[in-house]
Amino acid sequence: MKFFEDIAVGDKIEIGKHTFTAEAIKAFAARFDPQAFHLDEAAAARSHFGALCASGWHTAAMWMRLMVDHHRREDEARKGRGEPVAVLGPSPGFRELKWVRPVYVGDTISYATEILETRASATRPQWGLMTIRNTGVNQKGELVISFVSVAFVARRSAA
Amino acid sequence: MQESVSKLHWEDFAPGRSFEHGPRRIERDEMIAFAAEFDPQPMHLDEAAARSSMLGGLAASGWYACCILMRMCTDAFVLKSTSMGAPGVDEVRWLHPIRPGDELTLRATVLDTRASNSRPDMGFVRFSFELTNRAGVKVLALTTSLMLGRRAPGATAS
Repeated sequence: MKFFEDIAVGDKIEIGKHTFTAEAIKAFAARFDPQAFHLDEAAAARSHFGALCASGWHTAAMWMRLMVDHHRREDEARKGRGEPVAVLGPSPGFRELKWVRPVYVGDTISYATEILETRASATRPQWGLMTIRNTGVNQKGELVISFVSVAFVARRSAA
Repeated sequence: MQESVSKLHWEDFAPGRSFEHGPRRIERDEMIAFAAEFDPQPMHLDEAAARSSMLGGLAASGWYACCILMRMCTDAFVLKSTSMGAPGVDEVRWLHPIRPGDELTLRATVLDTRASNSRPDMGFVRFSFELTNRAGVKVLALTTSLMLGRRAPGATAS
């Protein structure tokens, strides 16, 4: 993770892509969102979605996984160059999540994150807060998910 | 279909109506398995690393909290309804860490409803959802609209 001071508004990063399989869609839905259109091809075909599609929470959680993997790769590279690595803190929440289009079996979603705003934490001097817009686009270039989240990032002065 | 008649339709969600569900116990193994798959940060995976984090100890991924809320909603009323999914989530606030062994209660309250302009067969119901632990501390607050099938299709906006 970059230090808070090194994060610039407007920076946009491609964090990775993921292909959603029928098996993974159904396994996720069985645990957390067992609605028929996420579990069963025939029922999904009769629904307004028209075919089996992923729970929106599955699409969102996969963004988180790719974000963590992205930062891990970046941190390895920084350590390789002998540079210090900042800690990514927890998040107080997110807003404006839009599941714009369904994610169907076999869709490959490319996720990206853009820095919208940075500000120092009023109560935690070692931390800053970044506001980011996160998006996922399918293989046809269509937006499928978008949301705005906030996360704590360590300040360089804390290192 | 007899089944669809008894289901909760859009018309059944009057503002102020609320549903409660739970408590549901947060199992350590499932919480960590979720983190390993979707949010493998040390504060969600490793007790020692989590102790020195801002969360002060092993805590659930916020996405796991959202997924638990979703599952509790499906068990409470979504599977008994004409749910057509949700267009998104207005706001999520992760208010307090969720620990292994926590027992969480869901409260879902209908805020308001509106017909769909483009689809006479469905309407939107905006909910406030809250998860509260045994100590009475609110851990998650989520506001969103669900899409539900209507018992009596309305007129389309012309």
